[in-house]
Amino acid sequence: MSKILMKGNEAFGEAAVLAGCKYFFGYPITPQSELPHYMAKRLPEVGGVFLQAESEIAAINMVYGAAGAGARVMTSSSGPGISLKMEGVSYLAGAELPAVLVNVVRGGPGLGNIAPAQSDYFQATKGGGHGDYRLIVLAPSSVQEIVDLTAKAFDLADQYMNPVMLLADGILGQMMEPVELKDIKPNIPAKPWAVNGMKGRAYRNLIVSVHIVAEDNEKFNLTLQAKYDKIFQNEVLYENYKMDDAEFVMVAYGSSARLAKGAVDKAREKGLKVGLIRPITLWPFPSERLAEAATTAKAFLTVEMSLGQMVEDVRLAVNGVKPVYLYTRTGGMVPVVKDIVVELEKIVQGGGK
Amino acid sequence: MLHEIIIAGFGGQGILSMGQLLTYAGMIENKEVAWLPSYGPEMRGGTANCAVTVSDIPISSPVVSEPTAVIIMNKPSLIKFEPMVKPDGFILVNSSLVDQKVKRPDIKVYEIPANEIAEEMGNSRVAGNIMLGALQELTGVVSIDSMEETLKKVLPPHKHNLIPVNRQALEKGAEFVRSK
Amino acid sequence: MRKVFSKPASLSDKPFHYCPGCTHGIIHRLIAEVIDELNIKEEVIGIAPIGCAVFMYDYFDFDFLGGAHGRAPAVATGVKRVHPDKMVFTYQGDGDAAAIGTAEIVHAAARSEKITSLFINNAIYGMTGGQMAPTTLLGQESTTSPEGRSKEMAGYPIRLTEMLATLEGTVYAARVSVHDVKHIIQAKKVIKRAFEIQQKKVGFALVEVLSTCPTNWGLTPIEATKWLEQNMIPYYPLGEIKVPKEV
Repeated sequence: MSKILMKGNEAFGEAAVLAGCKYFFGYPITPQSELPHYMAKRLPEVGGVFLQAESEIAAINMVYGAAGAGARVMTSSSGPGISLKMEGVSYLAGAELPAVLVNVVRGGPGLGNIAPAQSDYFQATKGGGHGDYRLIVLAPSSVQEIVDLTAKAFDLADQYMNPVMLLADGILGQMMEPVELKDIKPNIPAKPWAVNGMKGRAYRNLIVSVHIVAEDNEKFNLTLQAKYDKIFQNEVLYENYKMDDAEFVMVAYGSSARLAKGAVDKAREKGLKVGLIRPITLWPFPSERLAEAATTAKAFLTVEMSLGQMVEDVRLAVNGVKPVYLYTRTGGMVPVVKDIVVELEKIVQGGGK
Repeated sequence: MLHEIIIAGFGGQGILSMGQLLTYAGMIENKEVAWLPSYGPEMRGGTANCAVTVSDIPISSPVVSEPTAVIIMNKPSLIKFEPMVKPDGFILVNSSLVDQKVKRPDIKVYEIPANEIAEEMGNSRVAGNIMLGALQELTGVVSIDSMEETLKKVLPPHKHNLIPVNRQALEKGAEFVRSK
Repeated sequence: MRKVFSKPASLSDKPFHYCPGCTHGIIHRLIAEVIDELNIKEEVIGIAPIGCAVFMYDYFDFDFLGGAHGRAPAVATGVKRVHPDKMVFTYQGDGDAAAIGTAEIVHAAARSEKITSLFINNAIYGMTGGQMAPTTLLGQESTTSPEGRSKEMAGYPIRLTEMLATLEGTVYAARVSVHDVKHIIQAKKVIKRAFEIQQKKVGFALVEVLSTCPTNWGLTPIEATKWLEQNMIPYYPLGEIKVPKEV
């Protein structure tokens, strides 16, 4: 199959359509608007529905309804809009409904700006909404990976009956790269639990997230935990880049990982033994891989476009065995490869921060 | 060979499309490519730029901070990007629109009166392609044939009549720098 | 022996948990009777609210979805867009529809979602403990307006049905009451009509039902029906406000 040149935001849309997503509910916000634009044009071609909601709150609740009705459904937004959607995300998790959300992260907090950032890591991986739940979080770092992980997100959502977030940023959303739309097929399982009217069923279907008796809620939450344990055991994804002989290990995801790869290449030209571990699943986080790397590495450097959020998970995984340093730009600023290399050189000489 | 190119000018000059043309042509040549539009305050105030990476090996960072070549279509872009060009890199200035001289001695400077050449051709809208023609002549980033092929693929059929004049502009740009 | 009265098939066997004199149970029964009469039990999907009727799905025997407070019209939109041929209805209280969920109900109406929207107005927040609702009358006491609702502090009660009736997308808007038998019979006709409009795919159909809350009003059930008649109906007049030509 030949390659086509696509913007990241459009690639989310096309991959979703190929994966059998027929419903999209959203509300405009920069820098993800090309995705709803694409869906508004594309979904009617496949007999689907694109609907612009009155707010992100309404959009995520439409997603809740469509997911409960048994459809593959997607919504997308950026930071401020994702904050509003967190109510619905908690309900999706509580009702165990499959849905896919895209967050094309921008600079924050507050209104911030529309420049690329990674400062929604905590929100995505640690909760964001209320209650004991986990969101599966996938972090593509190229347009091709946007395609591949979008298709995977729908499958994971259905398999685990859990919302899945694709966490990108303004660079990935706006960037154009060639992609292959490799045989993505709608891999949709039967959904006997969906609310679609009782016809043909001897039982009625009920989808709620309430367990009014605390004992029942605890029991339910423990079943959620068992599910999350299974996800943690089976679904961790990461990439090793030039890790074979690496003495210094960078950890970065998404756009930052592209910059970190550039820094690995430049540092290697200078003779530094540097490698990169790139988490692809941010939750479940590749903690075991990092713990393993900590047995051989001399030090770690986390590169993020935030004040330092993923670094907390890196430190938990490394567990004090080796030093973990942090290099960040924040507020929509993008790290520069040669600055990362300077930081690496400092660490190699024993002076990182 | 790694080409990291920045194209910069005013919004409305077709800056982003120029970058896409280059990117698409690179893809046709089976090279690794990436295109990234500008971000930050320069988006406002009417300036636009994009980064194009064309490479024989997978592209690590699509963010270009040390371009191997830049195309400058207005004065603010010269001020912003001249300091960033990699030593020995190329700076192509549309001298029809920019009166300021390049100061750095360690980069290769080409002043191309693209608008005047375009007007001589009777089509002021092809100035961008004149600059791209010059770039390909100097760097070999992609061939003129691939760029023509791209136009055939991306332009809707009713605009295919514009392809010959666009190809001619690419050739004029190449010719201009060849004669320097 | 001739059977003269039975439980609608659309109701489950579970007894209502509502307080003595609360009219949610009556309204539930009317919905079940209408669904039986229209023979749509296998087509219908209910969207439950947050509020006293949060567990309403326990009393019905057909598909139900329970979502977040105020969002039922958005949830219903999602369901209906996936299953345009099924029957979808929402059931919301006054806090749900006229306070936290105003955006959702206004825009579901504006889009003319082909759903049936039931709005239960008892002028108070029941489940959370008798707080002031957007429909609490001026002077009416509540736990958050202990001296009675004052217009200086809390403004005026919302007539949601009249408000939504101004939208092109609202094709049917009516207000009924269930405080006595005559009005209960009338309410059933109106609810049935709102479902028939959905069957004909005409557009957004809204029925406001005035309801009692003796517990939080601090009245006996009989006093409560009188209070409704004497205080609510003058401010919230009954009748069909908007009727499409299709019915």
